[in-house]
Amino acid sequence: MHENWTGFKAGVWQDEINVRDFIQTNYKEYTGDERFLAGATERTKALMAKVQELFRLERERDGVLDVDTDTVSSLISYLPGYIDEKNELIVGMQTDSPLKRGVNPFGGIRMARQACAAYGHRLSDKVEMEFRYRTTHNDGVYRVYTDEMRAARKCHVITGLPDAYGRGRIIGDYRRVALYGVDKLIEEKKKDKKALAAENYTVESARLSEELFQQITFLGYLKEMAAMYGCDISAPAKDAKEAIQWTYFAYLGAIKEQNGAAMSLGRVSTFFDIYIERDIERGILTEEGAQELMDDFVIKLRIARHLRTPEYNELFGGDPMWITEAVGGMGKDGRTLVSKNCFRMLNTLYTLGPSPEPNLTILWSTELPEAFKRFCAKVSSDTDSIQYENDDLMRPLHGDDYAIACCVSAMEIGKQMQFFGARCNLAKLLLIALNGGFDTTTGIHIGPQMPVMDADKLDFDAVMERYNIYIEWLSKLYVNTMNLIHYMHDKYAYEKTQMALHDTDVERLMAFGIAGLSVVADSLSAIKYAKVSPVKDAMGYIVDFTREGTFPTYGNDDDRVDLIARDMTHKVITELRKTPAYRGAIHTLSVLTITSNVMYGKNTGATPDGRADGAPFAPGANPMHNREENGALASLNSVAKLRYEDCRDGISNTFSITPDALGKSEDERISNLTAILDGYFAKKAHHINVNVLDRETLIKAYENPEAYPNLTIRVSGYAVNFNKLSREQQREVISRTFHESV
Amino acid sequence: MIKGRVHSIQSLGTVDGPGVRFVVFFQGCPLRCKCCHNPDTWDFEGGTKYSAEDIVKKASRYREYFKDKGGITLSGGEPLLQAEFAEEIFRLCCLEGINTCLDTSGILLDGKVKELLSLTDRVLLDIKYTNEKDYEENVGCSLSGVLEFLSYLNEKKIPTTLRQVIIPTVNDTEENIMALKKIRDTHPCVDKVELLPFKKICQTKYDQMEIPFPFGDMPTPSREKMAFLEKMLNE
Repeated sequence: MHENWTGFKAGVWQDEINVRDFIQTNYKEYTGDERFLAGATERTKALMAKVQELFRLERERDGVLDVDTDTVSSLISYLPGYIDEKNELIVGMQTDSPLKRGVNPFGGIRMARQACAAYGHRLSDKVEMEFRYRTTHNDGVYRVYTDEMRAARKCHVITGLPDAYGRGRIIGDYRRVALYGVDKLIEEKKKDKKALAAENYTVESARLSEELFQQITFLGYLKEMAAMYGCDISAPAKDAKEAIQWTYFAYLGAIKEQNGAAMSLGRVSTFFDIYIERDIERGILTEEGAQELMDDFVIKLRIARHLRTPEYNELFGGDPMWITEAVGGMGKDGRTLVSKNCFRMLNTLYTLGPSPEPNLTILWSTELPEAFKRFCAKVSSDTDSIQYENDDLMRPLHGDDYAIACCVSAMEIGKQMQFFGARCNLAKLLLIALNGGFDTTTGIHIGPQMPVMDADKLDFDAVMERYNIYIEWLSKLYVNTMNLIHYMHDKYAYEKTQMALHDTDVERLMAFGIAGLSVVADSLSAIKYAKVSPVKDAMGYIVDFTREGTFPTYGNDDDRVDLIARDMTHKVITELRKTPAYRGAIHTLSVLTITSNVMYGKNTGATPDGRADGAPFAPGANPMHNREENGALASLNSVAKLRYEDCRDGISNTFSITPDALGKSEDERISNLTAILDGYFAKKAHHINVNVLDRETLIKAYENPEAYPNLTIRVSGYAVNFNKLSREQQREVISRTFHESV
Repeated sequence: MIKGRVHSIQSLGTVDGPGVRFVVFFQGCPLRCKCCHNPDTWDFEGGTKYSAEDIVKKASRYREYFKDKGGITLSGGEPLLQAEFAEEIFRLCCLEGINTCLDTSGILLDGKVKELLSLTDRVLLDIKYTNEKDYEENVGCSLSGVLEFLSYLNEKKIPTTLRQVIIPTVNDTEENIMALKKIRDTHPCVDKVELLPFKKICQTKYDQMEIPFPFGDMPTPSREKMAFLEKMLNE
């Protein structure tokens, strides 16, 4: 046994790269409550005060403190950076100075140029020259995009595609660096590369062989990067501090190399707990010291940044990184994976204050220890900073060592990766179908061409027949577009560090998404149960609708319309599966919009449900705002009817409730929120963001942002600092349903 | 099967009985309390008709959220005025194992109401005022009927929460709290007393109905005052 492993129980994890086995063999479950926790130390408070000051300066400079326009971001391209060198326990910075953003032109040079310009900087000639004769991911994609793909993009029926920036959504198993040290990981990758030579080379294996070469090279850079900070990460970590530091270096390497939309962390809390427990037993660490290490680690995560364009921020508001950390869950053997360090991770929201990052995600099981459930509910009520996902749904599919990428995308750590595919606009597609292949918002002809639906009263069956034709058309186009994007991303912007921290033989998921589900469900319900008549413009295209009579709306636990929504997701995933995905990937589907529900709405004309031209959609799988008539649980029940089997990339629901509606005392509020979460997940729902706050607080923050610098709210699969949203996004959040007491 | 008139259904109630509750607001109330926050439930002809079976079927969809404490609450309006319908609902709830809670003013006690109470796990009794004069003046009937109702609950040992809306200048007095304490202490069935601050968010309902809100000009109690009265109650 390696000397740094002394004190750990032996297992197969010693003979192969198997972090799960290490955890299962060595972790201590914790079923008690939060009373053991320590507060922030003076050192932590002083360091955090410095960070708060940097945040204030960043806000003053329109959200970007500084940009290094001379250097291309990579693992060893910057000198070491510090907040306060002498007082940092965990070190490592993306550039040479905190909150200074690097440029990453590998996704596309134009986007890097525009992002610099948007914040008053100019991309240096040095970087421009470097990329003049270099193909970026974006160049590659545009070499092969068809006219139809360009048109679909232009009319916003498919939007947010990762064709000009890093695709993200890949979680390296950053823990491997701490457990094994980099040398062992290089050795294993070399073996894998050698094994490929035993067979005849095909396009597949030749590509993999080159990828392995790149992985090995970047593991080497990772060692160099750590060495710049005075750390040798070639061998396993010897204590808790090193385990956290090594893991952080691996993550840091990934975000220096890649600017993916979502750069998630994985599931590190209970892994770290094993090292912390060993140190506490050895008498070299106290509870206060353990919290301090976690606090310092989390401070580093909170200052991670990428340079984005304003157009990007419209899709993904609030400058998110999606440093998602999955906390809790159950093991296959029935023991809970909740450890003391899960509490410490949540405790950072008290020691350091509420924050959107890291995106703390509770893997909820009805079997979780009651004390942990109650602590989570308390943290939600106090901070509005955490989200919940159904471990009982995901564990059977992904085992007990999976994590969440971005908001709701589950994958087994180090064994599965994802090709991110943004989303298509189902509501717009319905309008295009009714107009026979014409988008009235942009004036673009697209899809199968046929006459405009001509009827005084729209007939449900006729509409569905036509809508299905367009869903089939779009699904094929969507898969093919994704295939090209990810071929090019692999070719020109391959994730070398992150994939080095995966098994060589990795399972791939291709994640498609839909926006506007509740608009479509209500629109089809209106057509089915009320009289909906199209209103045409002078050219004969449908631009609006009139309605007579009433119709059930999604969000009221009414099967008549909820099942329309469910059938829609089933139809879409079934159609997507008909077109094979790049590299044998498994098709998955999400109902998630991030903050792009505002932008999607803006680009979509009036819909049959009565939603006005340009009005925002509801986020994710949420019912449309203020159409819920039977209260919060009815709304939750409607969302819970969507099937995870059809939407394996996640079903996002954002839930806002006023404190009064949750109960009179803190104790009641905690009990009731726990009961709501247990009930919702027992109904096989997948995800929920919980906000416990009053609309008035948001209105005050909207009017007087300076008074609420740290107001954090959950939006759609992630949390944001309210002040970092655009005014339009803020208004949309304020207009959402707040479940109030009656 | 009889059908009852329901004003509305709230799938998440956390303030009308223990735990997470499915709250059914009955349509129709004979009282005209000056502080009433649901004037839209007065009219006996309004609302939507449901069978008891419809209601319990709906409530069952929330069973997963109830856990050990939650369940169904009938409120209103005044559920006692549709006692047969309420009884039918509770009978089905008992079969389904759903905890039952009745939110009432306790102004009626006849054979049908007694049947209903035999199926009730908890009564939330809105006592409103603790003296005849205030009760008659602000509710329009006698307090004695309510006290008789409470005696019956006590006799049948039905767990009861006493509730009172605290209205400044009317019942935010030491005298009232002492009277409330006395009622509590002489009725062992009462295991909880809740003081609710008077609120005026219902003003819009009165405006929509184009009728005056009798207590529309009344101030709402401060947080400090509520805490003070709570403390007095529990001393």
